[in-house]
Amino acid sequence: MADFDEELDASGLNCPLPILRAKKALAGMDAGKVLHIIATDPGSVKDFEAFARQTGNELMESKEEGGKFLFLIKKA
Amino acid sequence: MDQKKLAIIATKGSLDWAYPPFILASTASALGYETEIFFTFYGLQLLKKDLDLKVTPLGNPGMPMPMGMEKWFPTLLTALPGMEAMMTSMMKKKMASKGVASLEELRELCQEAEVRLIACQMTVDLFDMDSSAFIEGVEYAGAARFFEFAGESDICLYI
Repeated sequence: MADFDEELDASGLNCPLPILRAKKALAGMDAGKVLHIIATDPGSVKDFEAFARQTGNELMESKEEGGKFLFLIKKA
Repeated sequence: MDQKKLAIIATKGSLDWAYPPFILASTASALGYETEIFFTFYGLQLLKKDLDLKVTPLGNPGMPMPMGMEKWFPTLLTALPGMEAMMTSMMKKKMASKGVASLEELRELCQEAEVRLIACQMTVDLFDMDSSAFIEGVEYAGAARFFEFAGESDICLYI
């Protein structure tokens, strides 16, 4: 896992909360900074891909580890 | 890139049907959409300060029930007193246990994201509703006001 600047634990949250919380976290970050998101909602995998494509923020990494879904998003 | 626009008409006032407008509006906002929801008829219940929405299996054969009851429980019995309250309470518990946001939370997130909430003035008058029962920040207007935004929208949903 690469370095990150901020972390968001969205474990236990269901659609659309992980996306909404991530959006809020990114809003408080400077461009180029990286947000690490931890989620348990399986739907979040496709959702974060779509979120990145539509908002221009870069999804640097997306992986599953021990039943958790981990994402690295770089703020555009 | 021009900002995309989403226009939603919310017409239903039950617990289950209250979710789609708020989920879609809050998500659209997070994706950068400018969003408006026009609440009409029973949809106005979604704007009450005190959200007391219910869900009922009556007349809804598609609603999953505990213990697979939708398969064997006689439809007529779903009309019994207390069934609605019981199903509503079970649905709320289920949602909380699955990490689904409460309606109050989703509605707040919509307002934070500057989703515009418009109450149908005609419905307010029709049902003698008291606007003091509604949350702050609601605009009261009619169909023409909706079309002003909807006519320029990229997505328009009737829920």
